[in-house]
Amino acid sequence: MKQYEKTGILDTKNLKKPTMKQLKKGVAIIECVQMIPCNPCVDSCPVNAISMKDINAPPICDYDKCIACGKCVGICPGLAIFVVKIKDDKGFITLPYEFLPKPKKDEIVDTLNRKGEKIGTGIIKKVKSSGETMVVTVMIDKKDIMDVRNIRVKQND
Amino acid sequence: MRIKKHPILKFNYSKKIPFYFNDKKTFGYPDDTIASALHAQNIRHLSTSIRYKNPRGFFCGIGKCSSCLMKVNGVTNVRTCIAPLKEGIHVKRQDVMPDIPVSDFKENKIEDINVDVLVIGGGPAGLSACVELARIGASVLLVDENQKLGGQLVKQTHKFFGSKNEKAGTRGIHIAECLSEEINVFEKKSKVKKMLGSTIIGFYENKNNNIFRFAAVKKINYENFLYDIRCKKVVFATGAMENMLVFPGNDLPGVYGAGGVQTLMNVYGVKPGEKVVMVGAGNVGLIVSYQLLQAGIDVDRVVEAMPYIGGYHVHAAKLRRCGVPILTRHSIKEVFGNSKVEGCVTIKLDENWNEIPGSEEKIRCDTICLAVGLTPSIRLLSQLDVKIDFIPEAGGYIALHDKNMQTTKKGVFIAGDSSGIEEASTAMIEGKIAGVSAALQLGYNTKKCKKLRDEYIKELEGLRMGPFGKKPRIAKEKIMKKLSEKKNI
Repeated sequence: MKQYEKTGILDTKNLKKPTMKQLKKGVAIIECVQMIPCNPCVDSCPVNAISMKDINAPPICDYDKCIACGKCVGICPGLAIFVVKIKDDKGFITLPYEFLPKPKKDEIVDTLNRKGEKIGTGIIKKVKSSGETMVVTVMIDKKDIMDVRNIRVKQND
Repeated sequence: MRIKKHPILKFNYSKKIPFYFNDKKTFGYPDDTIASALHAQNIRHLSTSIRYKNPRGFFCGIGKCSSCLMKVNGVTNVRTCIAPLKEGIHVKRQDVMPDIPVSDFKENKIEDINVDVLVIGGGPAGLSACVELARIGASVLLVDENQKLGGQLVKQTHKFFGSKNEKAGTRGIHIAECLSEEINVFEKKSKVKKMLGSTIIGFYENKNNNIFRFAAVKKINYENFLYDIRCKKVVFATGAMENMLVFPGNDLPGVYGAGGVQTLMNVYGVKPGEKVVMVGAGNVGLIVSYQLLQAGIDVDRVVEAMPYIGGYHVHAAKLRRCGVPILTRHSIKEVFGNSKVEGCVTIKLDENWNEIPGSEEKIRCDTICLAVGLTPSIRLLSQLDVKIDFIPEAGGYIALHDKNMQTTKKGVFIAGDSSGIEEASTAMIEGKIAGVSAALQLGYNTKKCKKLRDEYIKELEGLRMGPFGKKPRIAKEKIMKKLSEKKNI
């Protein structure tokens, strides 16, 4: 039995790490490691960077081909794709978000890890919608790009 | 208790609908059922158990259990979880065994319906069967107990897995809208007739062996109207019902099926409570927990008796990164409270599934959700002489069927959860297969239909190839084996 099957938390060791060169360009990290019959991410990719042996195989992202457009982030039914990027010594994470209140540009939010623990703060840079799923880009400390996987937005009332 | 804002859904709170509960005036909203309107007013005690006089709330929320039966405008045994709310009605707890409703049918005349195919159940499987049949050219009668088509899709706010063919990436609620729209188009062309708020109550004797005869009851203003239906083929897509778990306090109002809670919050916009403990970390438990968070409800934890999380890791990850703990090898020991849930005790299990004394933990909460599997609904089907067998991997007793979804009786087809517990994407394909098979028997475009059916069967096998398809794969293999044994006798 794999550890994540017991805890629900993926170890970064289970993921393919991008190089610094790839990070500077930005890449989609696909945190979908099980054999699930599902393939919308493959269809959504405009540059065919995501591939799959068959519909049950875990998707693989070719980091060199990926253009970090984030289309797959809003499509993935498992909300399991995150785009990470390093630019001007800052980290950027683009993640799917389906909670209210809606995060606003320039707002400061808590950043959370895979366990839901706060590990810092970030600044909202972009909020797009993909259907009812928001695709949110947050500027964070670059050392946290492989750890931040959620945000907590301050409740208005 | 109403959900005011939701990231995915919009609720119709435009107009207040006044009604009476135990002679006291209260209100609900246009899309409510009686039970959802009562819940919104914090009335969770809907009935009283006859033997123990315990208060009971609803469990399943989809018209399959009996704990929401109430008296409405003098009519007894109304399933309030699926009965629409109407202005000015009088709702009461019946609390005793009701009288036989002798006057119900007396003055109403019986209507006859003749049709090529009767499809029972308007969920993903039934709708897909219906669309397929209508497209090929057969006349179809679609009967469903609810006011809206879609079955359990209407509460599934998450995006579906699968491929383009199964509308992957689309939310269940939108798939329900899409399929209903297709049905409505066929209805305008008089290819499909739909009967909502209607229940097939039995299979009846018929002189012509090639025709099946059923009776349906349609509820109008809580009164029953009888229909005499004759059809050449029938597709059973009757779904499934959530399993109960045995522990002290399991009948307290506030202990729900996870799907029941999903209905309450996602269809009617009513919060089941403020703090939930989820039992079961299969996909249903994980998905409903996430949707509770989206509705602004606290999920204290998920407990799972198995040593591992049964659902997809991606669903578990969504919950974990919101800070919800998932405890494997943990179970619920008891629920306590005075006429409603006030808390529960969880306990750790050892490798032999025994409770570890001293590991009890008391949790204050007002809602318990049980996501511990489903059982196929086959009671109506059992009235026909089809071969039924117990297949644990299919979720219980099911009718044996071949790969074309035909049971051991010619002309009787099944699809979806009632043919073995699986999920909505495969239910839709099974529905298509059942629909095409019925059309083939009716003599429609043989070559084209056969080709279509082969494609669907291949698609279905593809979806079941992975490790998560193992259980249904084993179930279907066992069914085939039993079927060939029966044939050899």
